Amino acid sequence: MSAIAARRRTLPGFGLTMGLTLSWLSVIILIPLAGLFLKSLELSPEQFWNILSSRRTLNALRVSFGLAFAAACVNLVMGSIIVWALVRYRFPGRRLFDAIVDVPFALPTAVAGVALTALFAEKGWLGAPLAALGIKVAFTPVGIFVAMIFIGIPFVVRTVQPVLQDLDPEIEEAAGSLGASRWQTIIRVILPSLGPALLTGLALAFARAVGEYGSVIFIAGNLPNVSEIAPLLIVIRLSEFRYADATAIAVVMLVVSFVVIFAVNRLQRWAQSRIPAR
Amino acid sequence: MTMQIADSVSLSTSEAKARAHAAAARDNLRTEPRAVRIVVIALAMIFLTVFVVLPLVVVFAQAFSRGILAYLAALAEPEALSAIKLTLLVAAISVGLNLAFGLVAAWAIAKFEFRGKTFLITLIDLPFSVSPVISGLVFVLLFGAQGYFGGWLRDHDIQILFAVPGIALATTFVTFPFVARALIPLMQEQGTQEEEAAISLGASGLQTFFRVTLPNIKWGVLYGVLLCNARAMGEFGAVSVVSGHIRGETNTMPLLVEILYNEYQFVAAFAIASLLAMLALITLIAKSVLERHLHEGDELRDD
Repeated sequence: MSAIAARRRTLPGFGLTMGLTLSWLSVIILIPLAGLFLKSLELSPEQFWNILSSRRTLNALRVSFGLAFAAACVNLVMGSIIVWALVRYRFPGRRLFDAIVDVPFALPTAVAGVALTALFAEKGWLGAPLAALGIKVAFTPVGIFVAMIFIGIPFVVRTVQPVLQDLDPEIEEAAGSLGASRWQTIIRVILPSLGPALLTGLALAFARAVGEYGSVIFIAGNLPNVSEIAPLLIVIRLSEFRYADATAIAVVMLVVSFVVIFAVNRLQRWAQSRIPAR
Repeated sequence: MTMQIADSVSLSTSEAKARAHAAAARDNLRTEPRAVRIVVIALAMIFLTVFVVLPLVVVFAQAFSRGILAYLAALAEPEALSAIKLTLLVAAISVGLNLAFGLVAAWAIAKFEFRGKTFLITLIDLPFSVSPVISGLVFVLLFGAQGYFGGWLRDHDIQILFAVPGIALATTFVTFPFVARALIPLMQEQGTQEEEAAISLGASGLQTFFRVTLPNIKWGVLYGVLLCNARAMGEFGAVSVVSGHIRGETNTMPLLVEILYNEYQFVAAFAIASLLAMLALITLIAKSVLERHLHEGDELRDD
């Protein structure tokens, strides 16, 4: 071990590159984020609480977190179905569908926003038939939900897909030949092995949807207390020069997303410890 | 003699049949009835069509709804051209900065062992989990009129917010992890042997990096730059907060899409949007090509 460490040190540049890395990381990421937390400390706990418990803030947080969770759940179910079709079945266009799963990652959010709005507006290709059924999507909370589903789908698919691909086929064959029905095999054998990946995908899709701005604001309608998301409320407070309000809402959202990343890291470590080394 | 041959033939065909039967039975254990398969595939295709294909198609349909001349005219507007120029400039700055950072950080993290490495990688990943709006907000709190450095900047007549530096900073923040995250696992996997050999043969550190390390990671570098660039050109939330929306000056392409859309200039809005959508499609195609090159590298190393 010490021999390895000594040999590694023969490569030059550790001090220099590490110093540059830490300085640049501090300038671009850490100091700006620390500035946000420092700013929030200028507020007394009472002020902080008053901002957060105001009706409009509470409603914006409820819309963002509630709809993001609902959309992440839809993504969990539909993402699993998509992964199953892509990994287990052969059908025409499979590779194309596999490739387009990444579109929500790559498409700029503002473009997604105007496109979804045009699609689901009352005269849009999907909005018109839905309106005939009495369902209004664009400019209602349903629109926010749709945009959040769009933005979250690749997270579930891309975290679960590699795990299903690597799943040992012998386990399923064993379950099947021991008399388990196909349904039992899926629920009792395959689903538990995919569990950590499914939860990770759910958490990532949720985290992304909570903070999402560009693809949501066009379709949302942005009615205070009804269809106003928390990131939009931050922007509105900034434009009113109510920096304290913007900071308080941002701190709450940041803390939640840090908790989610921490949970995801934990989850992945737990998943790795569960799988015995092959 | 002939009977014997016939015997062995019939034996081998029945054996083959039995084997085929067993294989089919085993496959049956791992798949679902035909009806279930069709339903699952149909659900996946319908969902992806509604949520991914149709939004993409709508962009182009709307952009060309008044014909190709109206489309080209919209793109030739001075406002559109200045937005395109600004987007290219900002992307060049932030991709350049993040490329330099990514190479330096990946060298420190992948080629050496030290405590707190996982924590450092988590810090580099932070921007991925920060809402774009908050990524813009942090710079307003630093450099805005009421911000920590706001007074000093005003006294020295330096403009960061509502100007190119602020837009470039916010974009750099948002795209910070891309290059480093593409390079760290790749360089960790490649180890340090080749570099050590170069050093022991008398090469300098920089020579080793440019002649040994860089050729090994070139596809990874391109991959990181590609994803970084796509996000940099398409970033909306963070840029929207710091840009100030000064027409013809601080509007990037995504911001111009918003402005034109809100003014009901749909053809113009979707024309700009179509350029960004093409950027996304080209990025995805290039990404799959690069992934193939990266996997080829894996196979070569496995041999």
